[in-house]
Amino acid sequence: MARILAVSGNEAVAEALRQVNPDVCAAYPITPQTELMQRFASFVSDGIVDTELILVESEHSAMSTCIGASAGGGRVVTATSSQGLALMWEMLYIASGLRLPIVMPVVNRSLSAPINIHCDHSDAMGARDSGWIQLWSENAQEAYDNTLQAFRIAEHMDIRLPVIVCMDGFIIGHSIQRIEYLEDEEVKKFVGEFKPLNPLLDIDNPKSYGPLILPDLYHEYKRAQHEVMTKVKDIVLDVAEEFEKIGGRRYGLFEAYRLDDAETALVILNSAAGTSKDVIDEFRERGIMAGLLKPRLFRPFPYEEVANALKHLKAICVLDRADSFGGYGPLFMEVSSALYQVRERPRMINKIYGLGGRDYLPQHAEQVLSELVEIAKTDKVEIIKEYIGVRE
Amino acid sequence: MKKIFKRPISLKQVPFRFCPGCGHSLIHRLIAECIDNLGIRERVVGIAPVGCAVFAYDYFNFDILEAPHGRPPATATGLKRAMPDRIIFTYQGDGDLAAIGTAEIIHAANRGENISVFFVNNATYGMTGGQMAPTTLPGQKTTTTPSGRNTKTAGFPLRVSELLSTIEGASYIVRTSVDSYKNLINTKRAIEKSFRYQIEERGFSLVEILSPCPVDWGFTPKDSIIWLRKEMMSVYPLGTLKDKFKGKNKWKKELL
Repeated sequence: MARILAVSGNEAVAEALRQVNPDVCAAYPITPQTELMQRFASFVSDGIVDTELILVESEHSAMSTCIGASAGGGRVVTATSSQGLALMWEMLYIASGLRLPIVMPVVNRSLSAPINIHCDHSDAMGARDSGWIQLWSENAQEAYDNTLQAFRIAEHMDIRLPVIVCMDGFIIGHSIQRIEYLEDEEVKKFVGEFKPLNPLLDIDNPKSYGPLILPDLYHEYKRAQHEVMTKVKDIVLDVAEEFEKIGGRRYGLFEAYRLDDAETALVILNSAAGTSKDVIDEFRERGIMAGLLKPRLFRPFPYEEVANALKHLKAICVLDRADSFGGYGPLFMEVSSALYQVRERPRMINKIYGLGGRDYLPQHAEQVLSELVEIAKTDKVEIIKEYIGVRE
Repeated sequence: MKKIFKRPISLKQVPFRFCPGCGHSLIHRLIAECIDNLGIRERVVGIAPVGCAVFAYDYFNFDILEAPHGRPPATATGLKRAMPDRIIFTYQGDGDLAAIGTAEIIHAANRGENISVFFVNNATYGMTGGQMAPTTLPGQKTTTTPSGRNTKTAGFPLRVSELLSTIEGASYIVRTSVDSYKNLINTKRAIEKSFRYQIEERGFSLVEILSPCPVDWGFTPKDSIIWLRKEMMSVYPLGTLKDKFKGKNKWKKELL
């Protein structure tokens, strides 16, 4: 029997971590993630989990601590946001390069300067190339479910890679939502016993992590990292299938919403997808064939699957809650790359929305969908990249 | 009638928005009064931290540069080296200076950078809601140490001023408090002295100021003053920890 409660996204993910009961957790506060680790710290303090909690002095040290603990053979977690993730940058590449299955919820927040504590996706997009798997979550339920699945994905013996689980800061992290928790026993069984792979301190088989590799082999090492990433998609789907058996909720590489017979569609990550789906329903009621694609696995990006899901459309808009100044939005670049490989492809536009917590409102989705209807009709794109919801 | 008390011109005409009983507004005012007294307002650039004092630019009536968490001493170094005739100070909490920015403060002191550092110690991470800081007292309850700081797993209170006073490059290191009128006056003297040292190119100075955080400590403003005196001051005793120029404090007026 699932327990149904009303909790914040941070609380839901802290609950997932309690049920997993990891060996080591490094914690350092940063808005809007703070509450998550704080709740977990109280589980440690109350003796509800056996986790060794280390209150470190910075995120740089948080990730370094995780690397040490993970190389030592433990199941390891931390969580962060924004500047915290940026400060971890150096260590992110080391965690993935050493193939350490660390799980890290990221409660998405904008980056300085100017300083701002509210939601956008600049933080996680900055970690795009770091070799971490990225799962994105629309709401507290998805954040909880993705966190549980993240352990199975990270610790899979065929890949052993670190995983970031994203949810929108404040909008999801701090908002109270309905959630269905799995029973502790179900989670325990699903996540399973942690199996170390090549841990340090195995006296009979001494080993080194991260020794110097010069031009003779570095190129091959990086290619191996690419190769292992190609296996992730199947593992994500296998884990999702197994999760569905206990959780009843179905996950894929992305969510396709009313997409099969659609002519126009939005491609959008996380909480704004929820807002958009309501608007798509309204457009459908008016006889306009609109749909939506919400990526879940952003790294590795499922190019072929996304292209197949979108290629029949007439016009699509990729909405980015992050910018690459002087370039297109990061999600737009991925979707464009995916669609370039198909001969017949939809017209595409890119809208930047919601930076630093600017509200994404139903009328923004309406405005974009109306523009797509016009593009589908005329087959003409005036401006590819534009900011929406911006004060002029 | 003669006006004998007014708002310093180095403070903007806006009310402070800090929590009731917080020490930041007092410390802001003391810094502003010192800058007024020394007549250096047009030469001052402050570095704002990350933490509760992040809004320094809303209150101070002079230029402010906002630095990433923990980096004010490094940022101040760059600013001072680029503009040596300006008076540069950093305003940092213990989360900023004693945790994430420990490396920066040690190396700025070690290089003897000619800057003033105002270090506000409230034994907690205030802005994020009262988590354990390196300065948290043993047994002190915080949101990440709900049963009290356990020194076996979470370490001991870090005495940054004592640590910095062992560094050759540091000129003046002092610890004060804002719990009483007397200590406010002492804090003001220390702040002014720190600015004077900078004006006279005497190198690195730091004023650590013990400051109450009633909201995160879970006390009334009045009780937080009692706790600060009884508990904090026994771990962080007040006084001058280092003064390279002791007894040589005849100020050159023309420099001001």
